[in-house]
Amino acid sequence: MAIRNSYKSSVDWFTIVIYALLVTFGWINIYAANYSPDSTVFFDMSSEHFKQLIWIALSLVIIGMIFLIDSQFFVEFAYVFYGFTIFLLVTVLLFGKEINGAKSWFEVGPVRFQPAELTKVATALALARLLSRFGFDMSKPMNIVKIGAIIFIPVLMILLQNDTGSALVYFVFILVLFREGMTGYILFFGFIASIVAVLTLIIPNIYIFALITATILITLFYNGVRKCQIKGLLWGALAAASLYFAGKLLKINLLPDYVMLAGIAALTIYLIIISFKKRLRVIPLYLLILWGAITLAFSADYFFNKVLNDYQRTRINVLLGLEEDPLGAGYNVNQSKIAIGSGGLTGKGFLEGTQTKFDFVPEQSTDFIFCTVGEEWGFAGSMFVIIGFVTLILRLIILAERQHSDFSRIYGYGVALIFFFHFAINIGMTIGLAPVIGIPLPFFSYGGSSLWGFTLLLFIFLKLDTNRNELIR
Amino acid sequence: MGGNNNRAVFIGIFVILIGAIFALKLFVLQVADPSYKLSAESNTRRKVIQFPSRGLIYDRNGKLLVSNQAVYDIMIVPQDLTAFDTLDFCESIGVTPDELRSMFVNMRKQLRQKKILPYKPSVFYKQLSAERYGRFQEKLYKFKGFFVQRRTLRKYEYPLGAHVLGYVGEANKKLLKKDTYYSQGDYVGISGIEKVYEEQLRGHKGVKYELVDVHGRIKGSYRSGRFDVPAISGNNITLSLDIDLQQYGEMLMKNKIGSIVAIEPQTGQVLAMVSAPTYDPSLLVGKVRSHNFGILSTDSLKPLFNRAVQARYPPGSTFKTLNALIGLQEGVLTPATEYSCNMGYHTRSLSVGCHHHVSPLDLTHSIMISCNAYYCHVFRNILDNPQYGSVQAGLNAWKDFMVKFGFGYKLGVDVTNEARGFIPNASYYDKIYRGSWSSLTVISLAIGQGEILTTPIQMANMASMLSNRGKYFTPHVIKQIEDGDIPERFRTVHETGIDTANFTPVLKGMELAVQGGPGCTAGIARIPGIVVCGKTGTAQNPHGKDHSIFIAFAPKDDPKIAVAVYVENGGFGATWAAPIASFMIEKYLTGEVSQRRAWLEKRILEGDLIHGNKK
Ligand SMILES: [Zn+2]
Repeated sequence: MAIRNSYKSSVDWFTIVIYALLVTFGWINIYAANYSPDSTVFFDMSSEHFKQLIWIALSLVIIGMIFLIDSQFFVEFAYVFYGFTIFLLVTVLLFGKEINGAKSWFEVGPVRFQPAELTKVATALALARLLSRFGFDMSKPMNIVKIGAIIFIPVLMILLQNDTGSALVYFVFILVLFREGMTGYILFFGFIASIVAVLTLIIPNIYIFALITATILITLFYNGVRKCQIKGLLWGALAAASLYFAGKLLKINLLPDYVMLAGIAALTIYLIIISFKKRLRVIPLYLLILWGAITLAFSADYFFNKVLNDYQRTRINVLLGLEEDPLGAGYNVNQSKIAIGSGGLTGKGFLEGTQTKFDFVPEQSTDFIFCTVGEEWGFAGSMFVIIGFVTLILRLIILAERQHSDFSRIYGYGVALIFFFHFAINIGMTIGLAPVIGIPLPFFSYGGSSLWGFTLLLFIFLKLDTNRNELIR
Repeated sequence: MGGNNNRAVFIGIFVILIGAIFALKLFVLQVADPSYKLSAESNTRRKVIQFPSRGLIYDRNGKLLVSNQAVYDIMIVPQDLTAFDTLDFCESIGVTPDELRSMFVNMRKQLRQKKILPYKPSVFYKQLSAERYGRFQEKLYKFKGFFVQRRTLRKYEYPLGAHVLGYVGEANKKLLKKDTYYSQGDYVGISGIEKVYEEQLRGHKGVKYELVDVHGRIKGSYRSGRFDVPAISGNNITLSLDIDLQQYGEMLMKNKIGSIVAIEPQTGQVLAMVSAPTYDPSLLVGKVRSHNFGILSTDSLKPLFNRAVQARYPPGSTFKTLNALIGLQEGVLTPATEYSCNMGYHTRSLSVGCHHHVSPLDLTHSIMISCNAYYCHVFRNILDNPQYGSVQAGLNAWKDFMVKFGFGYKLGVDVTNEARGFIPNASYYDKIYRGSWSSLTVISLAIGQGEILTTPIQMANMASMLSNRGKYFTPHVIKQIEDGDIPERFRTVHETGIDTANFTPVLKGMELAVQGGPGCTAGIARIPGIVVCGKTGTAQNPHGKDHSIFIAFAPKDDPKIAVAVYVENGGFGATWAAPIASFMIEKYLTGEVSQRRAWLEKRILEGDLIHGNKK
């Protein structure tokens, strides 16, 4: 593979146009969300729309600077940059300012900055650097540890800042790994595991246990292990019954969960004995899955009840339909849906929205900015945004796939999937399809950090794309 | 990396899938389902009802009787509530923390039952007084989710005329269902004038649409007030009552049970309507109402009972005047007809007693002296009039005259709960006596006893009719309605079918009863300088002492006032009812009571028939 000297390919103007459209439309909606007929001063230094205009201008400076830097720089300095942002995360944890319960902001005079927005970019770069190393084998245990470290160090730091939403974004890197050849089973098991975790919150544990056990026994049956299921179940029932009656006699109040577990334990022991006797290797593997699932069910419960705080719990409960709370977490989503729904086909018109303007929708210029779009621009405006983002993400995937170097491709996927996660969770939240997790909608939500973070993320890739025919590493 | 290119496609499809799900959901939210648009309307557009003030009520001389006072309902929008200083709240509206707690418990219950909605204002605390409102308003900014709505309550300038005025209360469920004008918590006239003239008094509710933000702060009017409708105040009304006379009547009836009704004969306008015992109408206003209503409704003397139109008593001897008129009209009696009386009317089977007096008497003197025997003859002649052929037909002819005089049916006055009284007809007696009865069987009707029942207002109407020589207007308390006419039925004259000439001997008898010499029954009602016609009555009362009755009008030749007075357990008509009626007449015609009668007035004012007589 030759390194060409005529290295410049043209910039992808298509993406830049989408970027420009989204940023412009985003700003219009920030202006509308804060618009009040009382104050008509446009050049109000303290107003959000004016400040956002400054952030946009500064973004252009950032873009210019990115295009001045050599692409090789981003590869070389990926780890340094990563290390630097981790340092920032530690610093903010020690000296940062707490806003809305999350200690994730630096505040210098009137300027606020959230380093987590930079960490996303740095993590994507560092992961690309790691995976694109010549001869990197993703299945080696040592490499798995390295990948895990790169992703989970920032997740841990951000969780410590109590900013759950920003931490969740890092799960998109699993999809990046998937693209880079990670075995599909992990994705599949992850999917199954999350279903079990959600189910444990809705259905009492004993049903989950029964369901898992039944599934395992049936699977064993199809794997040639027959004849021992009935006996095993009888042993299990015997163990469960004796524990139950022992509890009654001793007047100990036993949770049905534990009685059930005793039964499953007896079943397990019986199956282990059988596997030794008949040398059936397949049995221990499935028993491992069985107990893994049970552990998961318990830990999901524990996580939900002990780790999450009240309002997070409520939000999840409302989403799962376990709790009616029209004035609490569900209230916000309800108001958000009302605002969007009231827009109709073509919207109420620019600055005519009433729901967003009169503060019925919370966080109307940041997390819930999409309400203003929906209310003032209607279904047409909403579709403009949806199509804009889907096009942007697909375009980024196409661009990533045309990269000559692995580094650029992997980074490109990181960028595309970070945008995708923000898009899916943020809009999903405003229309009631996703839990209320406070993450911004790229280019729309008010705020310098997030605008710069996303601009940086996108334009580093566009810069790398100009060298798409070269091998950068 | 061909295999991984498949994964790129997989990821791309996943992105498109999410986009499509969002598009579908947005289509449902924004285009397919209209309910979100409606919720948005109710979110921001607050409909504020503008309550009109009720029409004012004046007396016949333009004195203000009933006006309005502002009170303030504390409204709540439950979803806007935030934590607030409850002690401060309690202090400023004047409730205890426990009361506040139970108010909130109640609100939550109503929320659960969907009786109130979290985003719609509903009444949290009713009728905050004006001074408390001032204090609360200052602190309102601290209590998110609350606001104040102005309402008006009645204010009574005099503690008088409660039964005529009636009262205003909240519309009940039945009315809410029947009349869509009213909504939960609206005030409506429940009784008296307030009820009868509700439509004129209530005015028209207005609405104002305000744009509000999530904290309920007003952000301006909706579409510059294009849809606002201003409230229109109710029409003022003028009553025919003379509040001074009413006050005097209530004073005279103090510590007595009974009623006074005074009517202006030329118009049928009620000048005074007293039912004793009475109560201060202010007791039934505002927060104290239900408490006071409980006390009043369990009082054994029934102060809420409007005796003037609801109580039914026998008319007693006052009915002799009517029997005389019927006799004359039917030709079974002439002014010169004389009957003798020997302490009563005696037959083999039955005796009607009479007091000692000269005998025989002609018609005029029979009224003056109130001879029972005379009217037994007259009444039997009416019933046994050969013209009708049977006692049944005779009684029915008599009954028809009575109905024309305004008895037996409701007069149709504009005071609520009027009773119809009772005038028996032939079939009534046929049922009781299984068809075998004679004029002698029902002889007590001759002297206004027996089954006849009349209300004080019917009696006053009778006095009015007598004074008009056979004509009357349905009695009414309305005199004038702003921007409207009084009902047609009060402007139509009723004829009784008695020739004017026939009144001459009867009225002469009534004049002599008051003005005449020895033997006159109501000399006590004589007023210097005014010719008063009157007739006493005494109604037998199976439960205790007889009721004292008097009807009168004056002056005889240009009647200005007709009065009926009932004093329960007052004994003879002349004892209590006659002096009371005469004072009403004198007060109304001259504005004062003459010195010569001051001793009598004092006796009446201080007379106590309730506390002394009670066992
Ligand atoms: Zn006699």
